[in-house]
Amino acid sequence: MKKILFIEDESTLQKSLGDFLEKEGYKMISALDGETGLQLARKKKPDVILLDLVLPRLHGFEVLKQLKTDAATKEIPVIVLTNLEEIDDVDKAIESGANAYLIKAHYSLEEVVEKIKKVLGE
Amino acid sequence: MTFKEIFSQLNIPEKCKKYGVPLWQCPQFLFLIMGIIIIGSILATYFIGTRYIEEPEIVALITFLITIILFTIAFIITRSFERLAEASRMKSEFINIVSHQLRTPLSNLRWTLEVVMSGKIIPPSEKQLEYFKIIKENSDRMRELIKDLLIVARIETAKLTLKKQELFLEELIERIIKELEPFARASNVEIFFEKEKNLPKVFIDPFQIRVAVENLLDNAIRYIKGKGKVLINLKKKEKNIYFEIKDNGVGIPKEEQKYIFQKFFRSRNILRYQTQGSGLGLYIVKAIVEQSGGKIGFYSEENKGSTFWFTLPIK
Repeated sequence: MKKILFIEDESTLQKSLGDFLEKEGYKMISALDGETGLQLARKKKPDVILLDLVLPRLHGFEVLKQLKTDAATKEIPVIVLTNLEEIDDVDKAIESGANAYLIKAHYSLEEVVEKIKKVLGE
Repeated sequence: MTFKEIFSQLNIPEKCKKYGVPLWQCPQFLFLIMGIIIIGSILATYFIGTRYIEEPEIVALITFLITIILFTIAFIITRSFERLAEASRMKSEFINIVSHQLRTPLSNLRWTLEVVMSGKIIPPSEKQLEYFKIIKENSDRMRELIKDLLIVARIETAKLTLKKQELFLEELIERIIKELEPFARASNVEIFFEKEKNLPKVFIDPFQIRVAVENLLDNAIRYIKGKGKVLINLKKKEKNIYFEIKDNGVGIPKEEQKYIFQKFFRSRNILRYQTQGSGLGLYIVKAIVEQSGGKIGFYSEENKGSTFWFTLPIK
């Protein structure tokens, strides 16, 4: 079973996406802040990471930077999942090594799952 | 700048009213006062100097005093500009923050609803599904409104950056038509698309132009009463691609046509039977087209229909 780490401070989103992913046959690991997310990424080695940007304790951009500089985590694909939609943010995330940038408001759960499958090459 | 525009600049009370600041803080008014003082003081210095004052020191003193007065006014003008810029910045920031804050609970709502509607947890009954659909439709409406507000905030803070690329406009339009086809069919409207052969590419931001075309097509479909048709035409006109969208809808009353691109404006004949809508669509379309280097216009007759057009430069 593929593991997905979801770093997101909104517990409602954690719950809805978690339930949805479970039914699709994935295991979801949840982290409610940036620091915990980073630790879990190192410890649990997920197959893909979904990362929000506005996060408590450690900002999403910092999490992304650290994920991509750490040899243990830099190969894990990261999908940024946020409501920030300034072009500068999108560019910054892609430059920092994010595989995709999705704006929550524009995406349905089904579309998010499709993107995960695409990133995983399924 | 045409004469009409220059003349409208001179309508100071109206300008100042628009800014929402008192007259003595309004830049246009203060510039006018400064101009009058400059002209008056030059004349006065000249007459007084030549007729009554023999000592050059007094002329110098008068000039010095006038310079101080002018400096003070110039200082107030700069301050008032700062205040206006600050007010405008705060307004846009407010929209931005509010929109982002609204989006988070809305995302929660939409995704939770999607889980429930998908039947992956518990399959909903038909009646439940009917109600869920109503919630979904309304959350979608709110999402669109927030999207529009964010675009407006970007336009007003000059943050609407365009990521341009070369592409065939007809391909983009065909995709948009395909997406809006179900809405058109449900509204009893047929869409026709005519285009010249071998049209060149345009240099545009596909995401922004998509917003513009979607808005125009959505309006055309939305404001047709009963059965109708929408005709889209694309052709080359000099160094531009000319886009035209014609409908046989309700049209815009003549006296309201001048306000049609204004923010939050909604025509009264539309309000009569179509209460949805924020009045932001055409304001956004105009800003996008103009920032893409194009022009926009329309002609319309009440109860007969409207034709909106825009041009985009060929690169």
